[in-house]
Amino acid sequence: MTVGTVRNLRRFSQVSFFGVFCWLVLKTNFEVAISPDTVSEVFLPYPVSIALQFDPLVALTTLLANGTLFKGLLWSLAVLIPTIFLGRFFCGWVCPLGTLNHWISEIRSERISFRGKGKIESNRYKKYQRIKYYIFLFMIAAALFGTLQSGLLDPLPLMARSIGTLVLPTAHAAADGVLGWVKSFGFKPLSGAAQFVYDMFAPFLLNFRQVHFHGIVSIAILFGGIVVTNRVFTRFWCRGLCPLGAMLGIFSRYATFGLQKDEKSCDHCNLCLQSCQGADNPDVGTRWRQTECHVCLNCQAACPQGSLDFKFFPTLEGTRTNPPPNQRVDITKRKTVASLAAGAALFPMLRSGDSFEINADSRLIRPPGSVIEDDFLARCIRCGQCMRVCPNNALHPTLLESGLEGVWTPILIPKVGYCEPSCTLCGQVCPTGAILELTLLEKVGDKETPANRIGTAFFDRGRCLPWAMATRCIVCEEWCPTSPKAVYLKEELVTDRQGKEVRVQRPYIDPDLCTGCGACEFACPVVDQPAVYVTSVGESRSPDNQILLRRKKPTTIPPGETP
Amino acid sequence: MPLQENGRIRPKGIDRVKRREFIKRASQATGLAAVCVGGGWFFHDREWFKYEPPIVHKPDFQIAPDNAYPQISLSRNQDHVLALRDALDAVGGIARFVRAGERVTVKPNVGWDRTAAQAANTSPVLVGEMVRQCLDAGAAEVIVTDVTCNEARRCFLRSGIKEAAEKAGAKVILAVEDDYLVMDLKGRLLTSWPVLRHFVETDRLINMPIVKHHSLSMCTVGMKNLYGILGGRRNQLHQEIDQSIVDLAMFSRPTLTVVDATRVLMRGGPQGGSLDDVNIEHSVICATDQVAADARAVEFLGLAAADVAHIVQAEKAGLGLIDYRAAGYKENLG
Repeated sequence: MTVGTVRNLRRFSQVSFFGVFCWLVLKTNFEVAISPDTVSEVFLPYPVSIALQFDPLVALTTLLANGTLFKGLLWSLAVLIPTIFLGRFFCGWVCPLGTLNHWISEIRSERISFRGKGKIESNRYKKYQRIKYYIFLFMIAAALFGTLQSGLLDPLPLMARSIGTLVLPTAHAAADGVLGWVKSFGFKPLSGAAQFVYDMFAPFLLNFRQVHFHGIVSIAILFGGIVVTNRVFTRFWCRGLCPLGAMLGIFSRYATFGLQKDEKSCDHCNLCLQSCQGADNPDVGTRWRQTECHVCLNCQAACPQGSLDFKFFPTLEGTRTNPPPNQRVDITKRKTVASLAAGAALFPMLRSGDSFEINADSRLIRPPGSVIEDDFLARCIRCGQCMRVCPNNALHPTLLESGLEGVWTPILIPKVGYCEPSCTLCGQVCPTGAILELTLLEKVGDKETPANRIGTAFFDRGRCLPWAMATRCIVCEEWCPTSPKAVYLKEELVTDRQGKEVRVQRPYIDPDLCTGCGACEFACPVVDQPAVYVTSVGESRSPDNQILLRRKKPTTIPPGETP
Repeated sequence: MPLQENGRIRPKGIDRVKRREFIKRASQATGLAAVCVGGGWFFHDREWFKYEPPIVHKPDFQIAPDNAYPQISLSRNQDHVLALRDALDAVGGIARFVRAGERVTVKPNVGWDRTAAQAANTSPVLVGEMVRQCLDAGAAEVIVTDVTCNEARRCFLRSGIKEAAEKAGAKVILAVEDDYLVMDLKGRLLTSWPVLRHFVETDRLINMPIVKHHSLSMCTVGMKNLYGILGGRRNQLHQEIDQSIVDLAMFSRPTLTVVDATRVLMRGGPQGGSLDDVNIEHSVICATDQVAADARAVEFLGLAAADVAHIVQAEKAGLGLIDYRAAGYKENLG
């Protein structure tokens, strides 16, 4: 097999893994066919979060933060073990963000640094490439103390989050916009053709309906920044910032596969540097850096003299003009200590602030089945899979609702969508156990089992129609899904401004029964700031965030009277 | 050659543009200025988006009255398919309502993400049988759709209606935003509202409600089920629920109302959830009179139609008769 063939294999691998990753995110969706006669619960047909479980950084940081490797995270060894022998093949062959960066970087550019000598110089090893190791060490120390921040920059969660909550919804809005614009000309054949194209792609690319996520601009800034910097430095993110790349670089320390250079045949044409992805100095006369190399094999394929050879056990000996390969990670002791210390200080710093529990946002409603907040922040990698799969668009990336510590962790915003009682999809897709998978019984409860609660609803009597405006309404009661209903009514005779008597039913909340699903808030006709709203108090996961000393069983509550 | 100082005459041709160049550059600048002025003038006060008045059209799918048949029939049978067939035959059989080549829209209640046993949605068995009947009568196409309250995909899936209707040969349509027509409902209260296209652009409409308790309107049967043809801000309708139900029933006149009273939700409506709130009645009502259908059906809830405000108002509006026996009533209690 020639090196050209192997390089083509790599290209095929990149396209395939990129495709599979995107396909899995696309399939993180309510696209199921069940026969309700036989199954009452809805399950996703594919293990849609499996790609995230192959991520060694997810595995390592969640292991440090909460002491266990959750479920499928053992898969990450399938990436880590080959890396120990082969080097960072993941970056060059598998990683979907790496592939995207590769493609964006390789688009022809008018920049001097992307041509000829400029390109050769920009592809030499640079000191900024150390930054990723310091980021990684910072994340590791932070995780060890209990705050999981790696998900912010870990490429797989980052990619899943960016596609699911940013790219696909944006594409949806754009497609709808273009279709509407074309149709507005009123020219029938054109409208028909546009609709045909739309219908061809919509079923598998677009969601059932347009979703609207909270704070996607913050996600766009990071994702856009990563994409754009490729146009300044080839794969700037992968070379300089990616914490997963750093981890795999460190684990390449003893790699047995590497680049052997033959100085005799080399005529220093520097073609190897022209196409180098990792900036790992493949040229003769400089020290090749195992920890930076993505094993893309471009250098070997580009070499007209056949001086470069990737092989198992390359000789470490060299000459004065051709220094031996360097397998050491290029980081300084002082900065290593400083990064670890900063990471270690992060946790006490964050927790000495007020946004964790003490003055947490009352609207910080976590998905059903979420573990207690402390553990939640040690597990959630912000991959956004729960947000993508939620059929009601109820789950969103937070901005500052859980402080800077919890940026992009999931929050339920009932005004946009409520939690469907019969749905357990978010727990099914969570790759790290931040949201535990509930059975239908655990979710809705019955006479003996308590339902899973995510909060409690409250009425704003100054905005509620029967309370404040002598007007009939009770949409909240109609929508309340518990049995008996947590929203109950008391009929009262009130007089309106003209003195006319109106018989209204005024709604009340029974905190024994309310699960905090937010259906009432979603359905409330006072749309801008609903007259009934959910706060997190009463959530099942917390022993402290409670109102009631003792919660009555549903059986002891009489069914609602009919008026 | 440098310019001469002290304001003396300068040599020609050094610091002046040629006429040709002057004309070219001056006309470029003037051209751009003209485009700006022209554009400003063109776009000034221009309204691109014209207000489109709502469509005025009264979808009346009723068939001519025939005194040979009762207006309403009720059949009770453990086998719900047989109950439906029997009740349908009593009012004249499907051939009276659906002719060959017609497009039929069946409107079950698929409001909630509930299973069939929980009695919040119309029975999938009845929906499937109704679709089959229509297709047997030669219908060109049978559409089953509803504007659900809970998430549409979950409602159609977990109610079992998607599976049953598709198996029977119907086209199940989940409402999306551009499926609505803004229509003038010409009601006393309801005027301009978005209506799901498939409830207007069809030849026959078969309303298939289920009998349920409702805390505000007391019951939801046939006429209340028509809420499901609307999109838009439906949650405002509760403020004047009785008038809005009557307006809707005046607007949309179904060919046939088939009431599912096989299970009846006695409490906790319209969503239910607990099987303790469900009474098993094994009954199906077929009616060409919407008011009569509702009046008979509310008896399952222990109500008298005369106490239910929207049914009383509907009769006053001339929609039908509360005294269903006077309308012609046939009953087969099996």
